[in-house]
Amino acid sequence: MPPRTCALCDDARAILKRPKTGQQICKECFFYVFETEVHNTITEARLFKRGDRVAIGASGGKDSTVLAHVMKTLNERYDYGLELFLLSIDEGITGYRDDSLETVKRNQQQYDMPLKILSYDELYGWTMDAIVSQVGKKNNCTFCGVFRRQALDRGAAILNVDHIVTGHNADDIAETVLMNIMRGDIARLGRCTSICTQGEDTIKRSKPFKYAYEKEIVMYAYFKKLDYFSTECIYSPDAYRGHARAFLKDLEAARPSAIIDIIHSGEAFEIKEDIKATQKLQQTCKRCGYMSSNELCKACTLLEGLERGMAQAAVTDRARKKMDAEGPAPENLRRIPLFKLPANLQANSNVDTGVR
Amino acid sequence: MSTLAVKVEFGGGLELLFSNERSHRVTIPALVPASPSTDDDAPKKPADLTYLIHWLKDNLLKERAELFVENGTVRPGILVLVNDADWELEGEGEYQLKEGDEIVFISTLHGG
Repeated sequence: MPPRTCALCDDARAILKRPKTGQQICKECFFYVFETEVHNTITEARLFKRGDRVAIGASGGKDSTVLAHVMKTLNERYDYGLELFLLSIDEGITGYRDDSLETVKRNQQQYDMPLKILSYDELYGWTMDAIVSQVGKKNNCTFCGVFRRQALDRGAAILNVDHIVTGHNADDIAETVLMNIMRGDIARLGRCTSICTQGEDTIKRSKPFKYAYEKEIVMYAYFKKLDYFSTECIYSPDAYRGHARAFLKDLEAARPSAIIDIIHSGEAFEIKEDIKATQKLQQTCKRCGYMSSNELCKACTLLEGLERGMAQAAVTDRARKKMDAEGPAPENLRRIPLFKLPANLQANSNVDTGVR
Repeated sequence: MSTLAVKVEFGGGLELLFSNERSHRVTIPALVPASPSTDDDAPKKPADLTYLIHWLKDNLLKERAELFVENGTVRPGILVLVNDADWELEGEGEYQLKEGDEIVFISTLHGG
């Protein structure tokens, strides 16, 4: 078969078939269109303003490594005027996160960005290794997810940034849309396709790769020879997401536009007002000051369960009742340090700012 | 029997299934049975990528074959490059291998 030429420059040899469009393009045009599409996503959603301090949630994996590279490239090319940081969470998983953090440390040098690493151990007094040894492999993803979300916000507060960007890609978002449909979680379905989540009193979070296909992210990393870490987490991954992912990959094989089509469907759903209204009022956790929809935030509830040797308490209602029946949390219980928003957000900060 | 020597590389975590070695040089038959058969006189066809995938599974893969092969081809989510080009531009499994070809398999693992 003769080499095909690029559909865009009509000159160089095509090296990639774009899943979104079916176009066959060359390496240089691929870099250019990939970066330009991310730039368009950023500008159309007006994600940043000049002078913003932005933390890139960095795991050392493909998505966040490519995100760090592209954010640096675009910040320079289009003069966004952003101050960029790398923020990594060390969950304390031996043989997995310790290795991937070495990649992040190299990225810090390669991209010349300050790096902050915050560990579960210093924040919660528990590593994931210790949590798994108590709760087993079945529900540990619940702990990890809740703890990571809060750790990222706390790391961002320490760095005093305005904004966290994460490497979630189009495939991740399409998976989440499918999962929310299959679980009947309609309130989340309404939110999960938003590029940016922000309450008035929270640190802004966004996903510049919302429309970037995983295939293109991996190809970008490959052709740019980016240094990333690729090992699946050693603790059994989220099985439900695994099914959604396998299903999505099968759909993509049959029709590559499936991913972007599912995101579009997710965006187009109109959620009934009474379903939105079931969301609870946002308040501040009475124990640690973090945003919460209950008196106690999810992380404090999980931590209390761990500390009292009743780790299932935050996972099921029945176990929670059992723990409550054993009396209030002891005074000397380990607590998460008080959460303080970065200075620039504190002016807006108020309890009960409303539904989101 | 004539043979073909090709370079095979694994990335994105797939190397873990292949003795944790990223790069391999393999020699495969140039002509292979046109359909699965043990009969030496069966009709032959030039070795293609589909054949290579099965050959790798049978000869080089050390563990968890289901993470590499599914329904007679690579598992969805594994990217394949032929001489640094997306195999979707090269006829995918039907691509006929040539002496000295470089084939790369990259897994697109979730998360990181």
